[in-house]
Amino acid sequence: MSGGVDSAVAAARAHDAGHDVTGVHLALARNPQTYRTGARGCCTLEDSRDARRAADVIGIPFYVWDMADQFHESVVDDFVAEYAAGRTPNPCLRCNEKIKFEAVLDRAVALGFDAVVTGHHARLGADGLLRRSVDDAKDQSYVLAVLTGDKLSRAIFPLGDSTKAQVRDEAAARGLAVADKPDSHDICFIADGDTKGFLQRRLGEAPGDIVDARTGEKVGTHNGAYAYTVGQRKGLDLRVPAADGRPRYVLSITPVTNTVTVGSRQDLEVDLVTATRPIWHGEPTPVECDVQLRAHGEVVPAVVTVDGGTLTARLLSPARGVAAGQAIVAYRRDPEGGDVVLGSATITAGTRSPSDVAGSAAVAAAPAAVAGGAGSSSAAAGAGSSSAAAGVGSSSVAAGVPEAVGADRG
Amino acid sequence: MAYLDHAATTPMLAEALEAYVAAAREVGNPSSLHAAGRHARRLVEESRERIAAALGARPSEVVFTSGGTESDNLAAKGIFWARRSASLNHNRVVASSVEHHAVMDAVEWLGAHEGAQVSWLPVDAAGRVDPSALAAVIDQYGDEIAVISVQWANNEVGTAQPVGELSALAAAAGIPFHTDAVQAVGQVPVDFTASGAAAMTVTGHKVGGPVGVGALLLGRDVACTPLLHGGGQERDVRSGTLDTPGVVAFATAVEATVKAQEEYAARVGALRDDLVARVRKAVPDVIYNGATEDRLPGNAHFSFPGCEGDALLLLLDAQGISCSTGSACSAGVAQPSHVLIAMGADDDRARSSLRFTLGHTSTAADVDALLAALPGAVERARRAAAWKTPR
Repeated sequence: MSGGVDSAVAAARAHDAGHDVTGVHLALARNPQTYRTGARGCCTLEDSRDARRAADVIGIPFYVWDMADQFHESVVDDFVAEYAAGRTPNPCLRCNEKIKFEAVLDRAVALGFDAVVTGHHARLGADGLLRRSVDDAKDQSYVLAVLTGDKLSRAIFPLGDSTKAQVRDEAAARGLAVADKPDSHDICFIADGDTKGFLQRRLGEAPGDIVDARTGEKVGTHNGAYAYTVGQRKGLDLRVPAADGRPRYVLSITPVTNTVTVGSRQDLEVDLVTATRPIWHGEPTPVECDVQLRAHGEVVPAVVTVDGGTLTARLLSPARGVAAGQAIVAYRRDPEGGDVVLGSATITAGTRSPSDVAGSAAVAAAPAAVAGGAGSSSAAAGAGSSSAAAGVGSSSVAAGVPEAVGADRG
Repeated sequence: MAYLDHAATTPMLAEALEAYVAAAREVGNPSSLHAAGRHARRLVEESRERIAAALGARPSEVVFTSGGTESDNLAAKGIFWARRSASLNHNRVVASSVEHHAVMDAVEWLGAHEGAQVSWLPVDAAGRVDPSALAAVIDQYGDEIAVISVQWANNEVGTAQPVGELSALAAAAGIPFHTDAVQAVGQVPVDFTASGAAAMTVTGHKVGGPVGVGALLLGRDVACTPLLHGGGQERDVRSGTLDTPGVVAFATAVEATVKAQEEYAARVGALRDDLVARVRKAVPDVIYNGATEDRLPGNAHFSFPGCEGDALLLLLDAQGISCSTGSACSAGVAQPSHVLIAMGADDDRARSSLRFTLGHTSTAADVDALLAALPGAVERARRAAAWKTPR
């Protein structure tokens, strides 16, 4: 129970359904004062109190579990390391995977509980498969798709068949004081919302070059490649204008050479996405389905193939701003019961099929970027490995480019 | 429901509650000069006399406060300030390393904000201060010490301190000695004058009185700078309108528990010994923390190897058993107890500890209920801790 409205209503519904429910608030900050203060986040003393009051109203026991060390290791340190490696992590997804449905679930099961109930907006079918919420705008299946079948079998999501507005109305009707509490959108462990500053404090300044993908020419400098987002246009402060006079976008980040590569909007497009660590729920592949490449991002039709430890998606229409480190989630369309999550994996690269590349000169001119030390490669059209700082450039990027990638709460 | 957390707070005595309600029905500020005020003043002064008589003090030595935390802060800071005002040389505070946070944090604040030097007295494995350790500090720093504070008995592990010996050492050096006797009153014999202490903290809700009222017993010749300024109601050391019903109920409870102390200690001590023996039998590798002799009769404190105290607490709570991890909370998060750490326990042993404290309403049925639930809870808590990566 984060202290927000969703988990409060989820707990109340589980209690009403006859479960023997215990409320747990996770203390995730090593010093409870250091994470965000105020009503819009989690991890504060005030949120802990809000959660406790909700538990009182529902009539269930309530405890605070200290998961600060696990959270720091599995989520915060990982977040920084991923950026340092030129990838774009989604800390909320990671928290679901490693904290809520691992550290908390394992402890709860050992203590004799049967399941973990959360206020996520997603549905769980009788088939044990995850589905989108009825509320498209609030759907969180993307950040839950990382859960294995085993974990899903121990999960209960009571809110999937309700819209956020219905949840708020129900909270008010139940007398839960958090009914009007604002939604949280930012990363809970970055108190001021300044991801760039946070990374700078953790990683230090690291000046390097900004290079044009087609000409290989140095067109500017930067103070740390981690501060750039694939698809970012503004704030690049380029000294050399493009030959065609058109705006340029960040295509990729290459930690090995500490280089930010920029190019045209067209160069952002990819149609082949490769990903690692697939969680797949048994659908035979290749399968034609939809894929989503970032939280609240567009859905693209694709042919997905899972082969051992690799998932490959051939996009039937190109996507822009595909960032390594983000999840690719495959859905089977189902307007009735909610789109079904077939599986997910962590993106290692987005590339353009050679036949689609306009101008082979681009291939030759692009730096042979090897990103992240994890074998993810940045090919001709760039966008192989990237860094997207939440809040950095989020309002400055072109349409179709992520807004605050990795900052989806939940 | 088995309530095994009397050291946190204990139910009000029926006579204290009745006295409270009776006084609360009446009007009158004890500082007012009219008849109603004089009546309230009379109730306050009678209560002061009863508390003084029960605790071996003079009535004028009883300074009413809002409870233990205020009394501890008043003693530590107030006596420090007064002594340093008298001589700038008096800039050191000595306290045991197992004090309640109300003393410990006040002393740390003096160090951080008033430039005080601090000497923490070590304890042995049972949590006891060795008087020779205090003697050594006095030898080294005698001229600098403003105040010494050592609790009468520990709130977590129940170990009683050699207060008489410690206060004698302080008195010989002319240094005021404060003792926090919040946990001791009603549990063991407590006599302020005989103890030789200059100041002593007591509170209502640990002895069957209400929460929010307590006292600092303060020797008549002990200078103490106020924390709270205002009407100067209590010897000009403490300001604020006196809580007449609270004071009356507090006095009723102190008088009753002190009177019953010997019989109480025998009955509750036997229950506690039974609890300890049965827990040891049920969980053979359990560690019993604290002293075997010179211990509060209602206190039993264990470490359960391989368990986390807060997991055990949750499981016992679900079975209707109330106990405590005995450690400080911030946002409800248990920190490893500074008391156990000072006693030489490692982090894991400190985190695996639970405190069971019996009190005036405890019965054998409470102990039975604990023993019925404990083995299963320990087994589950061990499973819950097993998955964790070793720290």
